[in-house]
Formats: sequence, structure tokens, C-alpha cells
Amino acid sequence: MIQTIAFYLFAVLVIASAVMVIMSRNPVHSVLWLILAFFNAAGLMVLVGAEFIAMLLVIVYVGAVAVLFLFVVMMLDIDFAELRAGFIKNFPLGIAIAAILLAELVLGIGAYRVGAIELGTPDGASAPLLDRSNIESIGALLYRDYIFLFEAAGIILLVAMVGAIVLTHRKGPADARGQQDIGKQNRRRPEEATVMKQPGIGKGVDL
Amino acid sequence: MIGIEHYIVVSAILFVLGVLGIFLNRKNIIVILMAIELILLAVNINLVAFSAFLGDLVGQVFAMFVLTVAAGEAAIGLAILVIYFRGRGTIAVDDVDRLKG
Repeated sequence: MIQTIAFYLFAVLVIASAVMVIMSRNPVHSVLWLILAFFNAAGLMVLVGAEFIAMLLVIVYVGAVAVLFLFVVMMLDIDFAELRAGFIKNFPLGIAIAAILLAELVLGIGAYRVGAIELGTPDGASAPLLDRSNIESIGALLYRDYIFLFEAAGIILLVAMVGAIVLTHRKGPADARGQQDIGKQNRRRPEEATVMKQPGIGKGVDL
Repeated sequence: MIGIEHYIVVSAILFVLGVLGIFLNRKNIIVILMAIELILLAVNINLVAFSAFLGDLVGQVFAMFVLTVAAGEAAIGLAILVIYFRGRGTIAVDDVDRLKG
């Protein structure tokens, strides 16, 4: 009973805050509603026992991505009233496409309820790794069967980080600290950068 | 009693709201990026719900990978947005025609 109440609370709140994300006039409000949506989605995931993904959602999305959004929205000085101009014009098309999409998804759910497709063993009792906690079983699965995908995810994050830094790095004045001339670095050869010296015993070298 | 259908309906509505957000806010790329995040959140809810329903943890592992890609996408998208704003002084998507595509 309490799960049903919690589910409907989280579901209604996540949908309401998603509506507010796309309808809000001020993008700062949109980001704040997005944070609420992520929190409630995390609640939905906790309800089915996926604690690890729920905590990841709170930490990664609310802690990093939403704050990044907020940072960018507040840093850029944008006239938001002008950006709202096409809202009414695009409204009928948007509603039409949303209605078609929702109809298709409802149709898919209806077809699923008829029960033609056997995806697996949906008896609910066949959870194989329930003797351990959620995080423990995900860790075992991730580091044993999906280790290469896990490392690929790490490389994706690294590339995204390097890309974001390269894109937004502002060129300072020449010979400023942190200024990097990649062409100059690539042209540099060992023979012009280093010299071999054989110092005599008891004597220094002239450089 | 809450079943898998309830979760599918919630994630379907979230997905549709994300697509609708892209259409409604055609000029504001920040809200478009947030709508994409909503779509990916709907995908994640679906993955986790089916993972719990089928008793197969691979769904949760893949939800983690979706989360990773979404974080990278948000970082790169916002970086492009920042340099675009630095050069043009606006982020109106309609005016993005420098590549003459």
C-alpha cells in the first residue's frame, strides 16, 4: 500500500516537473524543475530496488550536470524574452507530434498487455543475484562481464572532458602563463633541444 | 498494485514531454538540451524498470552507460554553447547558419 502511494507521488511529481521544465519562461527555473524531476525519478528507481542507479542519478545529474546547466545559464547574459518568440508558432506542430508519439507508445503498451512477445521469464521470482545487495551485484557484473564497456565509458568521459576544455579555453596574450603553441611543440626535435656534453674530470661544462 | 505497465507509462509520458519540449522551445538551445536530458531519463527509467521486472541486472548496467554518455553530451553541448555565445552574443538556434548547411 505504501509503495503504491509512493509510486503515484513520485510519478505525478516527475511528470509535473517535466512539464514545468519545458513550459517555464525562465531557464533558471527550468533547471530547478529538472533537478526536482531527477530526484523523483531516483525515488521511482529506489522503489524497484535499483539503489545504485538512483544514487548515481542524484550524484551525477543533480550534483554535476544540473549544476553545469545552472552555471551556463547564469553565466551567459541572454535576452530570454526574444528566445520565447517562436513558442506560440510551434505549439500546434509540437502538440501534434507529441500526440502521435504518445498514441504510438500507448499502442505499444496495449500490444504488450495482450502478451504475444516473450522477452524473458517475467515471473518476478527469477531474480538471480538477490542474495547480495544491489551495488554488490552490479559491481560483480560490471567488473567481470562488462569490464571493456566500463573502460570505454571512462574513455568517453575523458574525451568529453578534454573536448570541453579545448573548446572553451580562451587564448590569452602571447607568452602568457598557460599559453601553449602546439605547432611549436611538435616542431621541436631532440637534436635542437638537447646537446651532449662530456665533462672532463674535475672540470665543469660551458653551456 | 504497481506493475511494469505503470513504469512504462511514466517513462512514455516523460519521453513525449521531452520531444514536445524540443518542438516548443525551438529557439532556446539550453531548454533543448534539458529536454534531451528528460528523454534520456525516460530511457533510464525504462531500463531500470525492465531490469527489476525481468530480474536481470544488465539493464541497470546499461542505464549507467546511458548516464555516462548523457553527462559527456551535456558537457560538450554546453561547451559548444559557451563558445558560440562568445562569438555571436546570442544563442538563438535559428541564426546558426555559419556552415551554410
